[in-house]
Amino acid sequence: MKAPVSWLAEHVEIPVGVTPRQLADAMIGAGMEVESVESGADGLSGPIVVGRVVEFVEEPQKNGKVIRWCQVDVGEFNAEEGSPRGIVCGARNFQPGDLVVVSLPGAVLPGGFAIAARKTYGHVSDGMICSVRELGIGEEHDGILVLPAGSASIGADPLEALGLRDAVLDVAVTTDRGYCLSIRGLAREAATALGTGFRDVTADLPAPDGGAYDVHIDDPSGCVRFSARAVSGVDPSAPTPDWMAHRLRQCGIRSISLAVDVTNYVMLETGQPLHAFDRDKLTGAIDVRRAQPGETLTTLDDAVRSLDPDDMVVTDDNGPIALAGVMGGASTEIGTNTTDIVLEAATWTPDVVARMVRRHRLPSEAARRFERGVDPEIAGVALSRCVELLVAHGGATAVAGYTVVGAPFVAPVIAMSAQRPEQVAGMPISRDDVVAHLRAVGCVVDGGDVLQIQPPPWRPDLLAPADLVEEVVRLAGYDRLPSVLPAAPAGRGLSERQIMRRSVSRAAAAAGFSEVLAYPFVSPAVHDSFGLAENDPRRNAVRLVNPLSDDEPELRTSMLPGLLAIATRNIGRGTRDLAIFETGLVFQPRVDAAPPRLPGIAARPSDEEIAALDAALPDQPTHIGAVLCGSLEPRGWSGPERPATWADAIEFARIVCRAARAELTVHAADTPPWHPGRCAELRLGDVVIGYAGELHPRVVSALGLPERTCAVELVLDRLPEPGPAAGPQISSYPPVLLDVALVIGADIAVADLQRTVTAAAGPLLESIRLFAVYDDAERLGAGKRSVTFALRFRAPDRTLMVEEATAARDAAVAAAIEEHGARLR
Amino acid sequence: MSSESFDPVEVAALQPETIDANVAAALSAFAAARSLDDLKTAGLAHDGDRSPLALANREIGALPPAARSAAGKRLGPARAAVRTAFAARQAELEAERDARVLVEESVDVTLPTDRRLVGARHPLTTIQERIGDVFVAMGWEVAEGPEAEASWFNFDALNTPPEHPSRDLTDTFYVGSPDSGVVLRTQTSPVQIRAMLERQPPIYIVCPGKVFRTDELDATHTPVFHQVEGLAIDEGLTMAHLKGTLDHMAEAMFGPGIATRLRPHYFPFTEPSAEMDLRCFVCRGASVGNPDRPCRTCKSEGWIEWGGCGMVNPRVLTACGIDPDRYSGFAFGMGIERTLMFRHGVADMRDIVEGDVRFTAAFGVEA
Repeated sequence: MKAPVSWLAEHVEIPVGVTPRQLADAMIGAGMEVESVESGADGLSGPIVVGRVVEFVEEPQKNGKVIRWCQVDVGEFNAEEGSPRGIVCGARNFQPGDLVVVSLPGAVLPGGFAIAARKTYGHVSDGMICSVRELGIGEEHDGILVLPAGSASIGADPLEALGLRDAVLDVAVTTDRGYCLSIRGLAREAATALGTGFRDVTADLPAPDGGAYDVHIDDPSGCVRFSARAVSGVDPSAPTPDWMAHRLRQCGIRSISLAVDVTNYVMLETGQPLHAFDRDKLTGAIDVRRAQPGETLTTLDDAVRSLDPDDMVVTDDNGPIALAGVMGGASTEIGTNTTDIVLEAATWTPDVVARMVRRHRLPSEAARRFERGVDPEIAGVALSRCVELLVAHGGATAVAGYTVVGAPFVAPVIAMSAQRPEQVAGMPISRDDVVAHLRAVGCVVDGGDVLQIQPPPWRPDLLAPADLVEEVVRLAGYDRLPSVLPAAPAGRGLSERQIMRRSVSRAAAAAGFSEVLAYPFVSPAVHDSFGLAENDPRRNAVRLVNPLSDDEPELRTSMLPGLLAIATRNIGRGTRDLAIFETGLVFQPRVDAAPPRLPGIAARPSDEEIAALDAALPDQPTHIGAVLCGSLEPRGWSGPERPATWADAIEFARIVCRAARAELTVHAADTPPWHPGRCAELRLGDVVIGYAGELHPRVVSALGLPERTCAVELVLDRLPEPGPAAGPQISSYPPVLLDVALVIGADIAVADLQRTVTAAAGPLLESIRLFAVYDDAERLGAGKRSVTFALRFRAPDRTLMVEEATAARDAAVAAAIEEHGARLR
Repeated sequence: MSSESFDPVEVAALQPETIDANVAAALSAFAAARSLDDLKTAGLAHDGDRSPLALANREIGALPPAARSAAGKRLGPARAAVRTAFAARQAELEAERDARVLVEESVDVTLPTDRRLVGARHPLTTIQERIGDVFVAMGWEVAEGPEAEASWFNFDALNTPPEHPSRDLTDTFYVGSPDSGVVLRTQTSPVQIRAMLERQPPIYIVCPGKVFRTDELDATHTPVFHQVEGLAIDEGLTMAHLKGTLDHMAEAMFGPGIATRLRPHYFPFTEPSAEMDLRCFVCRGASVGNPDRPCRTCKSEGWIEWGGCGMVNPRVLTACGIDPDRYSGFAFGMGIERTLMFRHGVADMRDIVEGDVRFTAAFGVEA
């Protein structure tokens, strides 16, 4: 809501010396969000003065245009010897003697338009005579702005007279403060903030007699009250007075016609939206009701709208004539010949209007106010103000009669302990202050220790003691609140799982991976790029109703699409070597999830109701994924490049599991999007927790990734909570080191062989490490390979004899021969 | 007895002159050694098992007991002198060798050692952890919840009116269908509701996490962002406690003396409600009305908008089965991206969300 300070000042006493900025700061302190303080002069600088056209010569030009070579008296700004300035002007809507606005060389007009003396049409034009548009105060550009005779002196500053020095506050009104969408409401807030007097909008009200127009409310659930007045004999050609048009413009509303401008002006002034019907276009009584199925209404914006049975409409005998509280209809619109007008000021139910705005996607100034609540008691004043203004400026005659249909306003009474505000605030607020603050808000306050409070009709948001506490504390001043740290009971610290996630993240970073955070929005096409089977569960994704991009309507079922997109972006920006990871939720629809019945909020929902809410949610396990491309070590003076391989992807999984103290086992697998021969299934015991390896070459090429890009994804939630680590027994006796080289079939997984060797070597084996693998058909035979392990044996309690270690190794070799057909080399 | 009259001086090798001559020969041989190998050879010759002094030593065993002592007193110091000289020369030669060899082995230590990829954690993660730690240190707990959330938790239980614009498809992502009752949470507040439904007060929790709103990505907006919210429910909690908690958090995140300011506002979830500003930690307000010292961080306003807060609306407590006559509480929330932007001088939201590793790298493992 934009509020000119001059307009506010008609309703609030602004002490001399209080600047608009100070006014804004005071209002901010009282809870108004003043976003800016601007004036119409903000875009103007330099010499802009009032001039009088002394004389001019019309000079036809070759291009068919006629320019006027004018001599303009600008008083003290005249050229030397006091002679008038010569100015070329293209407009012709002025006469010698007219007062005009002249921008002289050195002036800057809105949009950074700098004025200089320049040669044009054969003359040196020593300035410019301005139009309304050039001054940034209107759209008119057909002619220059001619000031009323005698309204300003020559050489004076015209901006004051034009109202351009008037500051305008722009206030972001929160949804609970509908009444602040008016000068009246903001002036009341300003008066409270400044501690000065407030003058409400007033008007003479006739006694309601039903005589303005015949009105019936058919559905009071949507319309609390409907009031009407009428005028006749409006001069359709009467212009809107300049002051009114200027204020509307300051508030960001375009001037249209006197009748429309008056309703808008009064809406800004009082907060009551009004509608004007052309009386001659009305047929029969006005009936306020819900729309019937199949009814349509052509609204003022010329759109034909199919009405919903939930819509409230104003109707006459011909059907709907207005979408209640939102927009009028075209059939009864004020036209260029309208002389007789019926004015409506109604109180519509906020949620009904809100639903209509959404349904018809039709936000309007009126609806904005009704959605937030309009003072039901201001309708009469607003109607009288409209009538007054139409009589004063449109030559209209007030028609006798005042129709008011609907329920009278009854203020609720709220009981609140006078100590309640200080109990909530945690600072002393005396009973007298509580009462004074509530009265400043407009409440009627009664009672003793327990106050009986009637909120004013313009504050429908004040419903409970907590609402009143806020009013009292904000007026007492949030800046007075002391700062006291509460003493929470001793807590349990981070959970095991939270600690584990931090350990995992740190370990990944320590291993050279950079964390990224991708959006979870994905395209279904990625499932095809990944080569997923039709029945792959990863295709079963949660879909958004309203995705930002129609290409990406799904929520991720895997971390990889987001990671690979980010990898592509990094590579596109010239990064060659990349190791990135992300931890986050993936989304898996639940089978048969039905929309739950929503519990109310008057009491705690039952456990069954809560369980039903949860059952409708997708499963959302935490995953961690990583992508590698390029090299982990680039070529350098100390060695050759070491490209990132499938092994590094698997090692990432090991790093994660090590950080979570989980025992990972690796098994060959063939799962898209991985390379069928370079894909590992990762397990904890029997539980599969993920996959790692090199991506399938087709996936790499479909997504435009570097060759041999590798990836890994784990279900982090499948890692158990680590629990405390078991402390080891450290033997200080010397080890026995033995190597063993075995030849096995190339189809034997080394991990299986290693498990066998480890198990058979028994408890004396302290560690086993594979340090060589090779295949050599000539020496080993086709389909064979040689693997060499370094075994380290040690006894916990004595110096191990070589014979004991050898015996253990021999047992391991025997087991390898027995189980895997190995041969000792 | 001839043995009694045996005079050790008669054993030539033990004659003082002989000993002295052998010592002198040894010393000059050591001094003449030019390398450790030379010295080793000289050492064997003059102090080895077959050296004259060693052979002389053997003669002592053959002397009559009475003569042994005197011979030993002559020979012992002589051998000690030889060994001392050997050690001294050896030390000299080793020092020379070391000086030579270590110079030969010297490298250019300024060669780059940066071949391994350097990892980093995203600052949104580490800032959330840091905030969590501030509260854990006060006895609070870090609570979490689902990102696809029941609209009842995200809106209804938070006292959001049924027609509130924040529920619109233009503001909130809906999952499945517009009436599925499931949305992508627009705030982390549903975690607070879940906590209140799960247990009775006292409750002191902080809820960091990812939230979603249908904003297009630009320099200051992102459809996926992060928030941290706090909730305290206990007997006798007041707005003063809210202010104290926020001031503590501001100091912990931005340094000593950085306080907060509350301005009245409206949120359905809280009553009274406030917007919260942070004292500008760069200019500390010195830029206000001081055009000579403009502040980019707070745009010379002295305060930075940080978040929203208030006392939990009794209607919310009731919806969660907590007696509003016995318990009161406060809640607050702020954007992590915003915190990151002004705490670390990040100008463009897109840098935070696009996943460019150069961005993450700048923050290392702890922002």
